[in-house]
Amino acid sequence: MTPAVILFPGSNRDRDMIAALTKISGKPPVLIWHTDTEIPNVDLIVVPGGFSYGDYLRSGAIAARSPVMREIARRAAKGVKILGVCNGFQILTEAGLLPGALMRNAGLRFVCRQVKLKVENAHTAFTQHYWDGQVIPCPVAHHDGNYFADPRTLRALEDNKQIVFRYADDTNPNGSINDIAGIINKKGNVLGMMPHPENLIEADHGNISGRRLFESVLEVAASEAA
Amino acid sequence: MTVTNTFPVTPELVEEHGLSQEEYARIVDLTGRKPSFTELGIWSAMWNEHCSYKSSKKWLKTLPTTGPRVIQGPGENAGVVDIGNGECVVFKMESHNHPSFIEPYQGAATGVGGILRDVFTMGARPVAAMNALRFGSPDHPKTKHLVSGVVAGIGGYGNSFGVPTVGGEVNFHPRYNGNILVNAFAAGIAKTDGIFLSEAKGVGLPIVYLGAKTGRDGVGGATMASAEFGEDIEQKRPTVQVGDPFTEKCLLEACLELMKTGAVVAIQDMGAAGLTCSAVEMGAKGNLGVELNLDLVPVREESMSAYEMMLSESQERMLMVLDPSREKDARAVFEKWNLDFATVGKTTDDLRFRVLHQGEEVANLPIKELGDEAPEYDRPWVEPESPPVLEPHAVENTGDYNKALLDLLNSPDLCSRRWVWEQYDTLIQANTLQIPGGDAGVIRLVDDQGEATGRALAFTSDVTPRYCEADPMEGGKQAVAECFRNLCAVGAEPLATTDNLNFGNPEKPKIMGQLVFAIKGIGEAVESLSMPIVSGNVSLYNETNGLGILPTPTIGAVGLIEDTSKIASIGGANDGDVLVLVGLEATHLGQSLYMRECLGLETGAPPPVDLMTERMRGEFVRAAIGSGQVSACHDVSDGGLAIAVAEMCMASSKGAVIELESDQPHAALFGEDQSRYLVAVPQDYADMLAANAEGSGISYSRLGTFVGDRLTIGDYVSISIEEMKAAHESWFPEFMDGKPQELQAAE
Repeated sequence: MTPAVILFPGSNRDRDMIAALTKISGKPPVLIWHTDTEIPNVDLIVVPGGFSYGDYLRSGAIAARSPVMREIARRAAKGVKILGVCNGFQILTEAGLLPGALMRNAGLRFVCRQVKLKVENAHTAFTQHYWDGQVIPCPVAHHDGNYFADPRTLRALEDNKQIVFRYADDTNPNGSINDIAGIINKKGNVLGMMPHPENLIEADHGNISGRRLFESVLEVAASEAA
Repeated sequence: MTVTNTFPVTPELVEEHGLSQEEYARIVDLTGRKPSFTELGIWSAMWNEHCSYKSSKKWLKTLPTTGPRVIQGPGENAGVVDIGNGECVVFKMESHNHPSFIEPYQGAATGVGGILRDVFTMGARPVAAMNALRFGSPDHPKTKHLVSGVVAGIGGYGNSFGVPTVGGEVNFHPRYNGNILVNAFAAGIAKTDGIFLSEAKGVGLPIVYLGAKTGRDGVGGATMASAEFGEDIEQKRPTVQVGDPFTEKCLLEACLELMKTGAVVAIQDMGAAGLTCSAVEMGAKGNLGVELNLDLVPVREESMSAYEMMLSESQERMLMVLDPSREKDARAVFEKWNLDFATVGKTTDDLRFRVLHQGEEVANLPIKELGDEAPEYDRPWVEPESPPVLEPHAVENTGDYNKALLDLLNSPDLCSRRWVWEQYDTLIQANTLQIPGGDAGVIRLVDDQGEATGRALAFTSDVTPRYCEADPMEGGKQAVAECFRNLCAVGAEPLATTDNLNFGNPEKPKIMGQLVFAIKGIGEAVESLSMPIVSGNVSLYNETNGLGILPTPTIGAVGLIEDTSKIASIGGANDGDVLVLVGLEATHLGQSLYMRECLGLETGAPPPVDLMTERMRGEFVRAAIGSGQVSACHDVSDGGLAIAVAEMCMASSKGAVIELESDQPHAALFGEDQSRYLVAVPQDYADMLAANAEGSGISYSRLGTFVGDRLTIGDYVSISIEEMKAAHESWFPEFMDGKPQELQAAE
């Protein structure tokens, strides 16, 4: 079971993600530089948080067109598990691997705080260690997390149970439509989410609810690889 | 196209460069001729207040700067303090006041960028940031705009760069109406054997320019920061730099990567006065000359003159002296990160600072004199008058203690700063143990694999400007003492401090007196509390149209926690815990927030600090926390006992019943007597703590118990936690957004 983490020059939660994957999987992930055009054989590709290329044009817009993303799209099509967190989620939507867009927060300000997340679909590769309706605390830290999609896309997301996480108990920090915090593609192998499960894996973080997400996907990927 | 570098140097031009006639005469004397236009710019950049500390140097020299843990004191980009296990903490605080008033977003953002660069220039990876902000009156028409821009700018830079902001201060006072203060702090961790300094070594070595390109932004910034503001302030907007945190992040990674290769001989970031200051410092410190060829400097604008290039304060730039045999490896690292890399000069053995442009020598100056021979003034000063100590009965008692408590919780200086710090990424790097809102920010130390070591660093910044205005010496002491207290309150051993001295025009003897006495107070306190000053910054001329700011010597402090399983926080109290006061009942209302907010008065002497008592009580509290028996701790400061208890109740969402009977209840509740702590301990530990206190001669009293959902203090106060939270949380969002905002759950 080998995960990989994609590194853009402005990634800054990459170190958090690498530490989380190392602690949970027992070995450090493979690191892939953004200009690489090939990715070794891995079971999980993580696009971490940060400001990939400074996010000056639009969050994730330039990163979505970087050389490594073509290979990620190919892997996604083959069914490899892809996880995008925060800027990673923005990049995956910009790259067309997930529907919708992440706009500037409704409050127009960066927001870093603990929110509550409801697990809407505990039957995905990423969430099988949670239960449907489970509410966990989770930190967010972003300026552009206001998820939006047109009514048709939204209906499809709802009908197909592609909405994996929703902000619960009135803690929506950014104005996301339908309180959407994380979605998965129709095929079920590409998950994007704004909150940071990688900052919620040790007692020192106050809560370890984020661990289950990584444990779920690592377990599924390992069993599929076997 | 050839750019002209020659303008006649007239007396008017000399004056515009902030140089006095005597200073100019000295320059002519040192050079043996009149300076060229470019040279005038260079002299002015090196000799202005900001770079030369000419008014403060005499007094700064009196500060204690050494200690068993101090590896590097003031004089480098940042101070370095040993934290054991082969590691050290590198930190400094610096002001960006003038730029932030002119252009709040970019001014504050580049302030953060500058201080982060100071830290990683030394070879440290930044792990924590703080900021101390002072704004004008909330009623002033500019205040909201400035708060909004400064906070967004700090967040915009720090969040993108990727450093957690773990603490800080925000105050409002009309004396900052025309001159706000933005003091930014950063700390990083390095290996003790991996510290990099600015002193150049070796003749004929390449001087390499790294990072972003040079533009016209910030030309003359340091000179601007060394003058008072007048009505022409809007014209100074072009002197503010523009920040690019993305480039800074790349620069950080590239520098740390390059430092590992062993190719770096010396390194200096380009901050105030850019290329001039960095090149002169590297050469002068190493007793070497420097030759720069400006035709090789990467530029982002055409037709820049030598003057503009030498004085540009474009951000995210570094200068290094490299081992020539490693130049190729170094270039590869910088190309990987898409940063400019250019050899722009070399070290020489002639102690001259030579600048070439378009084949012409535009400057040829004695390098030591530029750096070391800057004028040093013993400016006249007058001893500040001591205001009278106010006895409690001399201060009106408004009677309604519930109202007073709620009014204070809802006041600009005591309300929750959640609106501010939620715009900062407080969690990035996954090592934050305590976020803003408590006494100190806490970051755990991890090993190279990211595994927790069980140790942590605590950070705090403090100063009470209204105390400093009333009595600069006591105010200076108090700023250090409160930092000490904040660190002890989380269980950290205070290690060292950085000072950011913000004052008005030092050419006025009254202001100079404030500076002199504040430094005296700081010196006494850091000596008694063993917290040497290892870095710092002085910001003078904080005046607009002749009115100076409150004297504001901000202190930033770092503490070490040896066992993270035994730290205390403001919000850890459990039902049934006993609340203990370490210290005595308060009698001191002079300069208190009670007087200011409830009576509209700012009079009297500030509470005095007894440094011996401070130290003893701090050590007692730290020992109690170290025993692992303390469930919550908080120091008693602004607003006094009642506010401190209320803050502990709100942070833990627990009520408390406090026994209190006093002849002067307003002083007992809201007096700001120093060196006091509130400690929450389980019932069965309370007696042991009392015995320990008695044995150590520590004043101690059992105040009451945490229980229920109301705060009750004797017959004086009875308010529900919910009502207190509503008052505490609502001021900032209502002020900034003009409407009540939903109360955010205080987890």
